[in-house]
Amino acid sequence: MNAAGGKEQKGKKSKGIQVDSDRYEIRLSGSGGQGLILAGVILAEGLGIGDGKNVVQTQSYGPEARGGASRADVVVSEREIHYPKTMKLDMLLAMTQEACDKYYPDMKESGVLIIDSTLVTQVPTKRYYGLPFTRLAREEIGIVMVANVIALGAIAELTGIVSREAIRDAVLARAPRGTEEKNKQALELGFSEAKKLKRT
Amino acid sequence: MTMQKAIVKMLQGNEACVYGALYAGVEFFAGYPITPSTEIAEGMARELPRRGGKFIQMEDEIGSIAAVIGAANAGCKAMTATSGPGFSLMQENIGYAYMTETPCVIINVQRGGPSTGLPTKIAQSDTMQARWGTHGDYTAIAVAPSSARECFSETVRAFNLSERFRTPVIVLTDEVLGHMREIMTIPQAGELRVVDRVRPDVPHEWYRHFEITPSFVSPMASFGEGYRYNVSGLTHDQDGFPTAIPEEIKTKLDKLRLKIERYIDEITSFRTEMMDDAHVAVISYGSVARAAYQAVRMARERRIKVGAIQPFTIWPLGEIRLRELLIPIKKVIVAELNMGQLVHEIRRVAPRHTEVFSLNRYDGEVMTPHQILDKIREVL
Amino acid sequence: MTHQPLQSEVTHHYLRPKKKFPNVWCAGCGNGIVMGALIRAIDKLGLDKNDVAVISGIGCSSRMPVYLDFNTLHTTHGRALAFATGVKIAKPQMKVIVITGDGDALAIGGNHFIHACRRNIDITAVLINNKIYGMTGGQFAPTTPGGMIATTAPHGNYEKQFDVVKLAIGAGASYVARGTVYHVTQLEKLITGGLRKKGFALIDAFSNCHTYYGRMNREGDAVAMIRWFKKHAMPVEAAARIPPEKLKDKFITGLIHETDATEFCEEYHWLVDRLSGKEAEK
Repeated sequence: MNAAGGKEQKGKKSKGIQVDSDRYEIRLSGSGGQGLILAGVILAEGLGIGDGKNVVQTQSYGPEARGGASRADVVVSEREIHYPKTMKLDMLLAMTQEACDKYYPDMKESGVLIIDSTLVTQVPTKRYYGLPFTRLAREEIGIVMVANVIALGAIAELTGIVSREAIRDAVLARAPRGTEEKNKQALELGFSEAKKLKRT
Repeated sequence: MTMQKAIVKMLQGNEACVYGALYAGVEFFAGYPITPSTEIAEGMARELPRRGGKFIQMEDEIGSIAAVIGAANAGCKAMTATSGPGFSLMQENIGYAYMTETPCVIINVQRGGPSTGLPTKIAQSDTMQARWGTHGDYTAIAVAPSSARECFSETVRAFNLSERFRTPVIVLTDEVLGHMREIMTIPQAGELRVVDRVRPDVPHEWYRHFEITPSFVSPMASFGEGYRYNVSGLTHDQDGFPTAIPEEIKTKLDKLRLKIERYIDEITSFRTEMMDDAHVAVISYGSVARAAYQAVRMARERRIKVGAIQPFTIWPLGEIRLRELLIPIKKVIVAELNMGQLVHEIRRVAPRHTEVFSLNRYDGEVMTPHQILDKIREVL
Repeated sequence: MTHQPLQSEVTHHYLRPKKKFPNVWCAGCGNGIVMGALIRAIDKLGLDKNDVAVISGIGCSSRMPVYLDFNTLHTTHGRALAFATGVKIAKPQMKVIVITGDGDALAIGGNHFIHACRRNIDITAVLINNKIYGMTGGQFAPTTPGGMIATTAPHGNYEKQFDVVKLAIGAGASYVARGTVYHVTQLEKLITGGLRKKGFALIDAFSNCHTYYGRMNREGDAVAMIRWFKKHAMPVEAAARIPPEKLKDKFITGLIHETDATEFCEEYHWLVDRLSGKEAEK
């Protein structure tokens, strides 16, 4: 049970409060009904089951979770994750303006901001990636509901935090029967759209 | 359950409790919906009928724990799960389980209180209730996990302790732990120890349901096996019949105490982090222990010699072992999500030279590593 | 030559005579009469003592299981049916009997009572109804008629009364009967019928508490109170032939309601079977 204690000694000793340099904190946010909690679970499963990393997924519950902003947080690390909640975000996905406004201040300066440009029009920084997830879902796939899966594809491509194979397996494991093909398409679309973004 | 190859699952703490209970051999679940524990009842409703086990949603929490005790006396490994208000409702019958020495497991996924309080927010304010919730004198066992993996293993341990000592065992988790998902490898069959209650090996006529044995734990027969004993919440003799004789009353109450006190080493368990050279220690359980370990990591980066102690058994705390751990410690911080409950027990057991500080949070939010780090720097 | 046992010998066989007698009941209490009827019903059905569980809550009537040589569970006030539900589901092959009182079953235990009826779980509940709290010394119960005196209704009871039979029928019990401690043979038959019934059976057994109810309300001693049952009981078959105005001061006895509804444990068993069949197909 004390395995982590042993590893601790070998942990990177950098200056100041820069501990847990391998700890990566992600928040997927938007409004209720956009499937962000599910996306959080899928991402965590991809990271944990597919890529074999330590991962914890938390979310907001109760009145806070109904209507308004909804969020799922994922913490990933090579080491044992002690504190399960996020402290400073390495990556934020904002699928609505409200979520973007609310959670942007929780980000690290070096953090990656990814927004749904269909719904987020005022971005508080110039350093961000924008893709029209909702419009792509509606127009390219034909189902608005898969916007979250397109976003997962983009996250994988833009951050490299999760492998393509792992996220693909995780999406398919959670896809309702009969929707596997659409979900696969959505994910691939996420990969390819994000790739274009990186090139520019 | 067939578990041949390692199964890695992403589980909520509540789901891990379900799988832990199934691993331990739970056969009966009775419960009533209440946030934030409901996923446990939902998991049991899905899994138990598939495995030939029994599930019932009762009309309230009082009925739930009653049905659990009834099933346990009929031979089942039985459990319920609830949260604050439901835990309060169950108290009278939990006392009945102590008195009648009925093994069963009660999971309390803690939320903020008092009263309806904060259904969707975390607290650890039932710490004392887990020890002193029902009226009368008795000795309670309560265990507390801090991760999905521990939700699994501590639920198994709760069943083991309850079967071993013929007593109800409380599992104290919390809203954050219950709902967060973590990756865990499901232990394979045989990997964790599973204990079953000791059955009588005497002729039916010789059997005494509350027999005083050297260990103070009596073998337990089930209803319908030919023993035909009486079970009563009234203070009773070794045969279970109500008594008003002072010696018999004292013998009974001592039995409830001694069967647990004598085996404290077997019951208590701690995890320690960085305690070898520590001058300051943080004691916490459940979700807070996770923040404490993080704070210790952060403090160590600043060359502060601090360690952390996490008791897995909250009641009994295991004062001899804890005192040993605290001997080199000058200052100890008890971090908990209440106005200070466990801290009283730590003050009682801490060596005289160890100063005890209380760090509390009771606004429905989980304690952060920074809060603990600030406290560490404050007391230094 | 086989010896034909006397009734007292039969009764004795089902008691714990060495352990728990004399009992706590007042001289003349109807609880003993109900216990005798229950024993004879069990004996008549030839049930194995090991297969019978008798479960009770708190109150005078709830002391009964202690005296009976079965698997006995004397529980907390009002909760007997919930405990019994656990026992029955865990071991459906057992015959589960609940002995309860009017305060136990209908006030503090009212919720469990209606839900046990609703589930139609195979439990036989014998409710000894003496219209008062006896154990605690004569307080009014949900069954105490309006105007009657009790220690907590010293100026007369101003609350309404529960009709247990109507409540049980409304809630879904599949066997509902009423007897009295005067009509001993009928009571035994009603309990036998309840034990035979697969489903929730309620036997509302009118009994006398002369110590409190009788004394406070000047209804006389045990004999006088039991005679009152004789005078005012109306068998359900006879009641059907009599104009309602003539039933005013009567109460109905006998098997008042019986239906064939599916039983809880059976339904659960089917579910388990269905799921295991499904698993096999996979």
